[in-house]
Amino acid sequence: MKLSRKWLQEFVDIGPVNDRDFAEAMTLSGSKVEVTEDLGAEISNVVAGRIKKMERHPDSDHMWVCQVDIGEKEPVQIVTGAWNIHTGDLVPVAKHNSTLPGGKKITRGKLRGVLSDGMMCGLSELGLDERDFPYAVIEAAALLNDYKPIEPEKPSIPADIQPGHKIFGPVVCARVETVMDNGGGHWTFALDWGESSGNVHNVRLQNIHQGDLVAYNTKSQSICTLADLHAEQKEFPHCIPDGIFVMHEKCRPGDDIKPIIGADDHVVEFEITPNRPDCLSVIGLAREAAATFDKPLKLHTPVVKGCPEDADNPLAQSIAERLDVETPDPDLCPRYTARMVRNVKIAPSPKWMRERLRSMGVRPINNIVDITNYVMLEYGQPMHAFDYRYVKGGKIVVRRAQEGEELTTLDGSIRKLNADMLVIADDTRAVGLAGVMGGLNSEIVEDTADVVFESANFDGACIRKTALALGMRTEASAKFEKGLDILNTLPAVNRACELVELLGAGEVVDGVIDILNYVPQPTVLKVEPDKINALLGTDVAENVMYTTLQKLGFETTKDRGMMKVPSWRSDVEGMADLAEEVARFYGYNKIPDTLSSGLNERRGWNFVQRAENAAGALCRAAGYSEIITYSFISPTYYDKIDLPANSLLRNSMKILNPLGEDTSIMRTTTLPSMLEILARNYNYRNKSVRLYELGRTYFPKNDGSGMADEPKVLSLGAYGGGMDFFTLKGTVEAVLEGLRIAGVRYETERENPSYHPGRCARVYSGETLLGVLGQIHPHVADNYGADCELYTAELQFDALYQCAGGKPLYRPLPKFPAVTRDIALLCSRSIPVAALEDCIRRGAKGLLKNVTLFDIYTGPGVPEDKKSAAFSLELRADDRSLTAEEADEDVKSILELLKTELEAVLR
Amino acid sequence: MKAQLEAIRKGALEAISATQAVADLESLRVKYLGKKGELTAVLKQMGKLSAEERPAMGQMANDVRTRLEEAIEAQSAALSQKALEARLKLEAVDVTIPGKKPAQGHKHPMYSVLDEMKEIFLNMGFEIMDGPEIEQADYNFTKLNAPENHPSRDWTDTFYLKEDSSVLLRSQTSPMQIRAMETYGVPIRMISAGRVYRKDEVDATHSPMFHQIEGLVVDKGITMADLKGTLNAVIREIYGPETVTRFRPHHFPFTEPSCEVDIQCYKCGGKGCPTCKGEGWIEILGAGMVHPKVLRNCCIDPEEYSGYAFGMGLERLALGQYKISDMRLIFENDIRFLEQF
Repeated sequence: MKLSRKWLQEFVDIGPVNDRDFAEAMTLSGSKVEVTEDLGAEISNVVAGRIKKMERHPDSDHMWVCQVDIGEKEPVQIVTGAWNIHTGDLVPVAKHNSTLPGGKKITRGKLRGVLSDGMMCGLSELGLDERDFPYAVIEAAALLNDYKPIEPEKPSIPADIQPGHKIFGPVVCARVETVMDNGGGHWTFALDWGESSGNVHNVRLQNIHQGDLVAYNTKSQSICTLADLHAEQKEFPHCIPDGIFVMHEKCRPGDDIKPIIGADDHVVEFEITPNRPDCLSVIGLAREAAATFDKPLKLHTPVVKGCPEDADNPLAQSIAERLDVETPDPDLCPRYTARMVRNVKIAPSPKWMRERLRSMGVRPINNIVDITNYVMLEYGQPMHAFDYRYVKGGKIVVRRAQEGEELTTLDGSIRKLNADMLVIADDTRAVGLAGVMGGLNSEIVEDTADVVFESANFDGACIRKTALALGMRTEASAKFEKGLDILNTLPAVNRACELVELLGAGEVVDGVIDILNYVPQPTVLKVEPDKINALLGTDVAENVMYTTLQKLGFETTKDRGMMKVPSWRSDVEGMADLAEEVARFYGYNKIPDTLSSGLNERRGWNFVQRAENAAGALCRAAGYSEIITYSFISPTYYDKIDLPANSLLRNSMKILNPLGEDTSIMRTTTLPSMLEILARNYNYRNKSVRLYELGRTYFPKNDGSGMADEPKVLSLGAYGGGMDFFTLKGTVEAVLEGLRIAGVRYETERENPSYHPGRCARVYSGETLLGVLGQIHPHVADNYGADCELYTAELQFDALYQCAGGKPLYRPLPKFPAVTRDIALLCSRSIPVAALEDCIRRGAKGLLKNVTLFDIYTGPGVPEDKKSAAFSLELRADDRSLTAEEADEDVKSILELLKTELEAVLR
Repeated sequence: MKAQLEAIRKGALEAISATQAVADLESLRVKYLGKKGELTAVLKQMGKLSAEERPAMGQMANDVRTRLEEAIEAQSAALSQKALEARLKLEAVDVTIPGKKPAQGHKHPMYSVLDEMKEIFLNMGFEIMDGPEIEQADYNFTKLNAPENHPSRDWTDTFYLKEDSSVLLRSQTSPMQIRAMETYGVPIRMISAGRVYRKDEVDATHSPMFHQIEGLVVDKGITMADLKGTLNAVIREIYGPETVTRFRPHHFPFTEPSCEVDIQCYKCGGKGCPTCKGEGWIEILGAGMVHPKVLRNCCIDPEEYSGYAFGMGLERLALGQYKISDMRLIFENDIRFLEQF
């Protein structure tokens, strides 16, 4: 919401507060200032000047050398290429060392050898356009002395044309003998066209000067423009509808240009929270400013003169006789207020109104439309004006649209409506989309004579849905959707009528149509200072609370302690809301800082969180770095990991309104996320990568709630740097050991389609499956564009947590030395090491403390289908030194079992 | 005999001092002092001496022995020392050659920041709670007092998993406030952090998935002053003890009064610069006193209990702390990025 400080000043005089202090104070009382714009910040050293003398540039066919009075002792000399100026004109002058919008700097210089001490400015150079100063529209005559034939060989007008020469039909060449200024941008020219001469009166063509040759139509007695000659612009390169801004403002040479063009205003942009639609208005913000700076708020009650009672005067008829309003859907239209204006004269609105609209970011259009916008900005009440002649049957019906009904809105788009939308209709058709935008069929146009001003209150949710469905959030709909003050419609429409009378834009018809479908009951709240102080932790005096609330429009009632909440503050419902009102004007930053004491039984890390922290620390200790991946993936990711079509993992929860296919389903596995990141790093040519993530997966719950089970998965991913299956397995072992998970075993996994069938294992603790690890199937790696071995592990965090051991218990250190025996076993290749190891452990007679595999060999010396596995056995008794015989006995028993169970023999 | 001894002494001492290796010393010891050594051989002749001469000669022989033993000892020590010095010289390394680092993984910068936050709150007696990311609209919005037509409920803003808009990807961590109060009742002091989802296209400052941290304290007699004191303490722990904060009124449906908290721009000290968009302040979190309606929605009597809640985005905090210029880096997981933290 933008706020003009000049406009604000009309409602509250806060004194000379600079922008920064104003922003700070308003922000701290709850109206956050985003930015303040000084409209004239870029303009400096630009003044009004009066042209005293004009001479043609000695060395140019189109430039003028002017002497301009800028309120200094001597006039300054300025060279210009513009042709629309005349001696006596009041123009903006950018002096030597001045600045203009867009960062343009003006300095003294020479134009074709003639000194120019500054520049005269056009509208656009001041950041303005014709809408700001409609009178400054420039019309140009076709000056024959500016004629440049398109084809130099074949000119349409001879270069040596003289007054009296015929151009075509009744059009002849004429010389301008004298120029007389009629004022108001009109001139009388004395012309000489050879055989005759005469005056042309009230001409608006601004580029004509004494000595110019013009094309004169003797029949219509007018000077021709380019259009009249059917000429192209490039044939008359300097006869353009552009030039210097010739001002009709009350000012004197030397006056600063900024106040003249309204660039002396400062515009503050606020971030208004959705609970405060009342602050989307000048008055609302003025109320906040008044309370913030503790100054009186000066409100104004609109006065409409209306028409005198006169039976003969048709205007005296009340609006009720001209217009009938029905609201068949009262819930969507709690209030509909309308007034009417007759004999409207559509014209530009006055400068002050245009300036204000423009400063608040609204484009001036014409007096009637500008009035509706002005009132909307001032009161925060959206208004709509429509042409009465198009309201067929003199009847307005505020109804739901028919399914499929069409309406062309003011922006020219054809809108297809449905029954959830509210329209303003006449007897036969919709003429506007309620609260959003008017219809093109009832637009205010040049010849509009009778206008209906609508000032209504619509259901916020309905307007919001309509705007959303049609993709047309407008200034009006943005206000309505937040819920507006139902009591504001009448003052607003009266203000509009008051402005109509002030601007002389028409005659206001007596009477108001005001349909009130819902009578709001004011909220009355008990102000409880003790409770407010208790909530805030403050000691604000009772009377301070009351004064604060009164400044904001709360009214005391005859019941002590009870206050009436203003109608525009529907957000205030209870004690906490009152506390906020008190706090923000007391000052949030004056509230003391205290620390709530008290400890709860539950505090600190819980066991699950400790396990999560430990798992992460173990991964990092193993050299793995943490990643964060999106929880949503593309359904095609399941294809990328070669998941079979009937895999249960494909049963993902779907986002119904995803940003795109790539983020449209909730993952049931973290594998594609990890592979995506590995592949990305691979593409970045990172040589060696080790990553982990403790991330969630999502499975639909089967209880009909639509909710999910969201188990976490600890995934590891790696490639490069000598990575192989056993390096990965070593890391998994380290993590499991770190979590004190006991009874860990690995089983061959050949069925997992994402993994290399010969390099994949399931890992268990006892009978609990912890996860899977291995090399990614080359085909899957290929799907990810990785031309190297990728390794991943997926460990179910819940299972890890379940199997994690508690605190370790001390085992006494050995007092007696151990005996070591190395054995090399010859066995079938198909026997896994784990089986040999298991057999060794079971074969021992109680002295074996440790088994370590130290070599696996296949090749020369070992039969084709066999392998040699060498183990180091550590044997020890806790209560004595072992004898060699005792040790040998255990080894013998081990070898026997190996032989009988696995046919493994000493090599 | 005396001359013999003298010759041995002289010859031996010369030989000893000339040795270069400890092993040579040992052979000299054998040569002179061994059972078949030269000195021993001389001593064997003692019997031939007269009783008068014997003591003197004995004394002399012993002196020579002692002298030689000492010389061998000294030479041995000198040689060992020399050998040690030679070895040390040989073993000298170029200390500027890079060390052999054990592989060390890195915590993601986002979670480093999060863990720092968690530690701060844990030290203040909070607990950490975790909740579902796929959430009911009831918890994400309704029980948090978000009106039925609140714009954040729009399908253009929030991701939905059910046609009737009843299940969604949580758009904030605030539903954990409700879950915490419903599950544990009062008193409560908790924080909850995690992933949240909003329908924002990916760019330098937005991501459809990001992280928030949420806090809730409900007890008897909790005041807005407590909220300020706690948050100020936390902010000073994160941003340094000199950090200047300001609390300004704001609006959230689930708190009343509500506030946003700014810190004075660390770059310009409040004068206004591009980092703070000329405002001099940087917004870091939203907070407020738990709305009485929210308490009531969780069957807690607002007449008896009060509380405060706060929430902040973690990405922005991490980006600010580490001066990371683009949020996309957070989720890109380039190892060269991760290894910087």
